Amino acid sequence: MPYDIVVLAKQVPDTKRVTGDAMKEDGTVNRAALPAIFNPEDLYALELAIEVKERFGGSVTCLTMGPVSAAEVLREALYRGADRVALITDRRAAASDTLATSYILSCAVTHAAPYDIVCCGRQAIDGDTAQVGPQLAQKLSIPQVTYVSDVEEIAGSLIRVRRHTDYGMQVVEAPLPALLTVTDKAPEPRYPAMKRVMKYKKAMSPAEAEARGLPSPMGDMLIETWDLDTIGADIERCGMAGSPTKVKRIQSIVLTGSGYHEVQPTQEGIEGLVHELIEDHTIG
Amino acid sequence: MDSKTTNRKGDVWVFVEAVQGRIAEVSLELLGKGRELADTLGVPLAAMLIGRGVEGLCRALFSHGADKVYLSEHDMLSRYETHAYTAAAVGLIRRYSPQVVVYGATSMGRDLAPRIASTLRAGLTADCTDLEIGDHEEPVSREVHKDLLLQIRPAFGGNIIATIVNPWGWPQMATVREGVMKMPESNGSREGEIVRFSPELSAQDAIVRVVEEVPAERRVNLKAARVIVAGGAGVGSRDNFKLVFDLANVLGAEVGASRAAVDKGYIDKGHQVGQTGTTVRPALYIALGISGQVQHRAGMSDAARILAVNSDPNAPIFSIAHYGITGDINEVVPMMIRAIRKRV
Repeated sequence: MPYDIVVLAKQVPDTKRVTGDAMKEDGTVNRAALPAIFNPEDLYALELAIEVKERFGGSVTCLTMGPVSAAEVLREALYRGADRVALITDRRAAASDTLATSYILSCAVTHAAPYDIVCCGRQAIDGDTAQVGPQLAQKLSIPQVTYVSDVEEIAGSLIRVRRHTDYGMQVVEAPLPALLTVTDKAPEPRYPAMKRVMKYKKAMSPAEAEARGLPSPMGDMLIETWDLDTIGADIERCGMAGSPTKVKRIQSIVLTGSGYHEVQPTQEGIEGLVHELIEDHTIG
Repeated sequence: MDSKTTNRKGDVWVFVEAVQGRIAEVSLELLGKGRELADTLGVPLAAMLIGRGVEGLCRALFSHGADKVYLSEHDMLSRYETHAYTAAAVGLIRRYSPQVVVYGATSMGRDLAPRIASTLRAGLTADCTDLEIGDHEEPVSREVHKDLLLQIRPAFGGNIIATIVNPWGWPQMATVREGVMKMPESNGSREGEIVRFSPELSAQDAIVRVVEEVPAERRVNLKAARVIVAGGAGVGSRDNFKLVFDLANVLGAEVGASRAAVDKGYIDKGHQVGQTGTTVRPALYIALGISGQVQHRAGMSDAARILAVNSDPNAPIFSIAHYGITGDINEVVPMMIRAIRKRV
């Protein structure tokens, strides 16, 4: 029995690669210097979806919300095996918190219906909140299973998955449609297929085509763009107006570099250190 | 409850994570913090306890600072199930309108709290490292909201610290990381009030069924460790992690690890220190071959003493170290073991 799957992906700054190059002189992070990437756990969600499709048949639709440049992750989804992609982009969605974001995504997923499974990464590396998955499931009125690493079986409208929590491993069964949040314990994402890269590298959104002076893309090469009106979202529940949480203050972490006691990597140097740590009762 | 209304007389609530008759440490830590917040606001501190046959836990909740326990018991709540617990919690929150609800940022809290928040259309901030009460002025309207919950959390991979407020969309809710709030002292003579509430649940509320379960191996007790010896990617291999264990053994220390070492399969995730692992504050933290990405530093920078050993003199770990050794851990660690054996 085939299953239609919607995967939610996010384009994020690569916060794990904060190296010296991405630090400003005052020790804070230069966000603009960080490359934009496909959120790592969303790649695992996409892989899980593609594997389900390969086992049971069906379709994989990948959605992302973001600026026009976020179409890049949709091309990557096409390279890896997505059948259909769409970009949700609208200035009125800016400054959405997780509640407003999950509302907008719920409208988008409903617009992409029918679906049997919704897959997203557990969390995005720029916010690390892990909130949007459960909130989206609630808005869609479907059950959620978080921290999923494997799909063991799907039979009719019952899915059996493996998940890992603080208390150990569980195998659970949920009725479909259901939402899964996927962790990096899931099977490793495949590499983009060269044939698909050659085919889809020219896929683009109308806005991208216009910026390059190209005619609007057609058929398979079109990355659909949806705004809040397309997906029937209530504007009052989007963006700033729909977000109960506000950022009051942002402080950048400064690497102090206040200096440390340099110990020589010699037996004498290390004995001196051990002596000092014993003397001040840190060890011993 | 209309999400635009704000019940300024509402209690401060702590969600109690109770599994197999045991209260998670983070829930007790939150009672300590919750006590401070409730006292500042001049309102009662309450625990939200959901389950079956859990009334016996109330005593521990009172002795750790709760004035009240809102107790929601039902046969369908005998074990944690997202949808049934959401229904029970939403029922309690709608009935009693607390102004603040906090949860541990555990796998359970992070599964449950967003589902509750979405149902109530309330604000929720993830993974806070501190909570305070303070005023907030709207940047445009200049409207001042007094005594809001200031929700402080690292963001952007730990590179920034953000303070979040929700002027509307109450209750103000947050998940809080384990181990960052101090465990309050237990006072066995404290008493409190139990408020019983029968949840309205239907079969659809417990819709996900557990068919198999393998409990996690004993969690490494990093939080309680006085000394931690931690290894990173620079250790080089799973076999070579023996060096880290050897040094830990002579010091009577626990073994920690960076995410990079866990990802490379050198050691199990239970040992991971950092933003996605455990937050620790030992008397001594020895970082072996750990470069010191912000995510790692977020979990250990409060250690009283930090000794970093790394072959790269520019590794960020040195920026927070008290002692630094630039050198190969394969040479330095055996020297350390010899020095300690000679001394102790």
